[in-house]
Amino acid sequence: MPNFFADNDDILFLFNHINLAQIATLQEDDFARVKGGPGAEYAPRDAADAIDNFRRILTIVGDIAGEYVAPRAEQIDREGNTHNQDGTVTLHPLVEQNLKDLARADLMGFTLPRKYGGLNCPNLIYTMANEIISRADASLMNIFGLQGIAETINAFATDQIKDEYLPRFARGEVTGAMVLTEPDAGSDLQAVSLRAWQDEDGAWRLNGVKRFITNGCGDILLTLARSEPNTQDGRGLSLFLNERSSRIRVRHLEEKLGIHGSPTCELVFDDAPGKLVGERQLGLIRYVFSLMNGARVGIAAQSLGIAEAAFRVARRYAYTRKQFGVSIERLPAVAELVTDMRIHLEAARALTYETSRVCDLEYNNLRVLETNPPTDPAEVKKRKELARTLKRLNGMLTPMSKYYASEMCVKVASDAIQVLGGSGYMKDYPVERHLRDARITTIYEGTSQLQVVAAVRGVCSGAFEKYAEQFEQATYSDAQLASLAASLGQSRQLIAKAIAFTKECGATYMDLYGRKLVDSAIAIIVGYLFLGQATRSERKKAVAKRFIQTHLSNIRRDVELICSGDRSVLEEYATLAGPLPPA
Amino acid sequence: MGFDTIVCVKQVPDTGNITGDAMKPDGTVNRAALPAIFNPEDLHALEAALDLRDRFGGTVTAVTMGPGGACEVLRECLYRGADRVILISDRRAAASDTLATSYILSQAVRKIGRYDLVFCGRQAIDGDTAQVGPQMAEKLGIPQITYYEKLVDLSGQTIRVRRNVGNGWEILEGRLPILVTVVDTANKPRPPAAKRVMRFKRARSVGEVGGQVGKDMPQASDAQKQAQAARLFEAVRAAGMVIEQWDLDDIKADLTWCGMAGSPTKVHRVQSIVLTKEGFTSVPPTAEGVAKMVHELIVDHTLG
Repeated sequence: MPNFFADNDDILFLFNHINLAQIATLQEDDFARVKGGPGAEYAPRDAADAIDNFRRILTIVGDIAGEYVAPRAEQIDREGNTHNQDGTVTLHPLVEQNLKDLARADLMGFTLPRKYGGLNCPNLIYTMANEIISRADASLMNIFGLQGIAETINAFATDQIKDEYLPRFARGEVTGAMVLTEPDAGSDLQAVSLRAWQDEDGAWRLNGVKRFITNGCGDILLTLARSEPNTQDGRGLSLFLNERSSRIRVRHLEEKLGIHGSPTCELVFDDAPGKLVGERQLGLIRYVFSLMNGARVGIAAQSLGIAEAAFRVARRYAYTRKQFGVSIERLPAVAELVTDMRIHLEAARALTYETSRVCDLEYNNLRVLETNPPTDPAEVKKRKELARTLKRLNGMLTPMSKYYASEMCVKVASDAIQVLGGSGYMKDYPVERHLRDARITTIYEGTSQLQVVAAVRGVCSGAFEKYAEQFEQATYSDAQLASLAASLGQSRQLIAKAIAFTKECGATYMDLYGRKLVDSAIAIIVGYLFLGQATRSERKKAVAKRFIQTHLSNIRRDVELICSGDRSVLEEYATLAGPLPPA
Repeated sequence: MGFDTIVCVKQVPDTGNITGDAMKPDGTVNRAALPAIFNPEDLHALEAALDLRDRFGGTVTAVTMGPGGACEVLRECLYRGADRVILISDRRAAASDTLATSYILSQAVRKIGRYDLVFCGRQAIDGDTAQVGPQMAEKLGIPQITYYEKLVDLSGQTIRVRRNVGNGWEILEGRLPILVTVVDTANKPRPPAAKRVMRFKRARSVGEVGGQVGKDMPQASDAQKQAQAARLFEAVRAAGMVIEQWDLDDIKADLTWCGMAGSPTKVHRVQSIVLTKEGFTSVPPTAEGVAKMVHELIVDHTLG
């Protein structure tokens, strides 16, 4: 009976290492609310009780992933979903079965408040669940992991809309989709043109085309549309809730490289009725940005799950496969490949879980400020300051996690095939599926390049510096850890130099060297996270040492390049990129 | 409308994960050396009952016989959707063989009263006898269908079931109330439901509460312990978290049929059988050939 939570030593380690009591106490308002009201019968009484619940919930997720979902993944990948002539989509019966299993286990209202039938889990626990599900079938995460849609409704819609829709999400009766992308509005969502207009009764109608919509055949759509005629930018966009109807047709079901269980739809809105979510004109600039931040952490979690699945196959193969009379893991090149995969995966997990943790701090602080502000003005001021700090920190950590975990995922999935050699390239092993599934993670919910643009501003604007300084205050009783911490401190001074140089050179230069700056900053952050883990585990001490040693030289190299002032990529683009091939 | 079902479940040592010394020198199972689990085929019986309730309505009551620790499998039943759970626990039931166990469980079923179906797993992994279900049906005086694999039809007072006979299947029809034993190919048991887990993890039997008080207050007098246990159990009751607990008197059991006294089975010895024979015997498809084979089977006591 495989259980993808209970069999994962690193997730279990982090579950025990991270301060879940703090998160649970914030999430449950100091356990003051549990006295009655809907859902009180399954509310936790104290932090230990809440953590026990988290463990039990993740055990169920791990059971479903290992026992039910994983065995179905290959067939779903081969057969996919079906597009019908009448503009609907029929999900693969095994995808339906997966969703039924998740719904029956109460897992489709993971983070929703209990009053709507949800589990009221923190984002961190949901992130772990997303990873566990993705390891079993990455494409299922594209539906299971869309619970941010219900969260967005919870955060911004009227009570009437919430009461109507959220219990249905929590029961697993409906799934959602975030309907943003259009043929001419991909990374640049300000260009969205799908039109929203009001009929004589004041009811909203939506008209236009959306493309590449994950689970666009879902029951409840959150659609970004231009509600203000004659506007061009993001301030003319509002967010609408559409229920599936014959006025929203799936015109085309995309044929993709991977995640075949996830239906990617082209939608045609034919004056489809919609309900305004929140306020007009805040659709993109407030609600979608909030939705996207959650979704990015979700993709980071999906990346971890795919990489975990691929790594496990490679690790076992390197042990069992004999060449030249030995297990191939005894060959230095393979040993390096396998250890680098594992450490890279653990690094991305450390960063992603830390990001989720900070998301929980930010979300809960904002929730208190909005719903139950303290009476003491000094306390309000303190909380508002905290909100600003956390927002800046998350504005950096979220794109960092999405970028780092997804790039790791593609690398690890590719290296897994490398470990298996010819066998890995064949369909006999699941690693070719893992690489095909992995490939989208650096693209959707914002490409790696866009994540870097967002993250580098955090790196250069002081958020990184402030965050790193917190880590630098820690002291280590272990001499080896203390010495590793000291070298991280020195490296950060190098990076500070590179940041100062970059700022002198302007925004274009910052974007040109964004990736190197962000990579260096991530190496420092993960280095410190590993040092914290190493205080609790001998194995993690070895991991921290290996990670920090290899990354110190990377930082030196990158800082040298950043400080070179070289702009040849921009200045000599035509020369370096060579002649334009004919169309 | 709907059907009321009773599911008999058992907590068993996990014989698939043997650690340490599984057998004591006296030939009984050393339960301490083995982790306790939900008997696998009983989970399929529970699933069959829950599936029936999902489709037709009704109730599911789970019953187990065992020490206080067996409440764990009852909680597992609650996590998956059982409406009511009952523990039959009595020191006088210790050392019951299949005959005594089936008697005790049939008395519990009689006490529950109204029911349409009784589901049991085909057999438990600790004894592998597959006797308790059929013996219960005999004692209850109701029909039985063993090796349930699929429900073909259920309407009015008639059930039609496909049963797995090892090398094929057959469809049997029976009248309710009926006892059905379930094989592991019948279904995929559902996982526990998160909200029910968070809720029913607090479900306790009176015996469990007493045991916990004994552990928490080792220095207290018996009267103090009893008072504390009563207080705590009242809280469990107020929260609707009671695992009902019955003893042999509650189910009006004849003690001469229970425990050691009611158990004629004597374990002669325990053998580890390793099948060494390979290949097969060819039987010519003639009357003579078949007669010869039957004779051989009678001689080696496979038949008769």
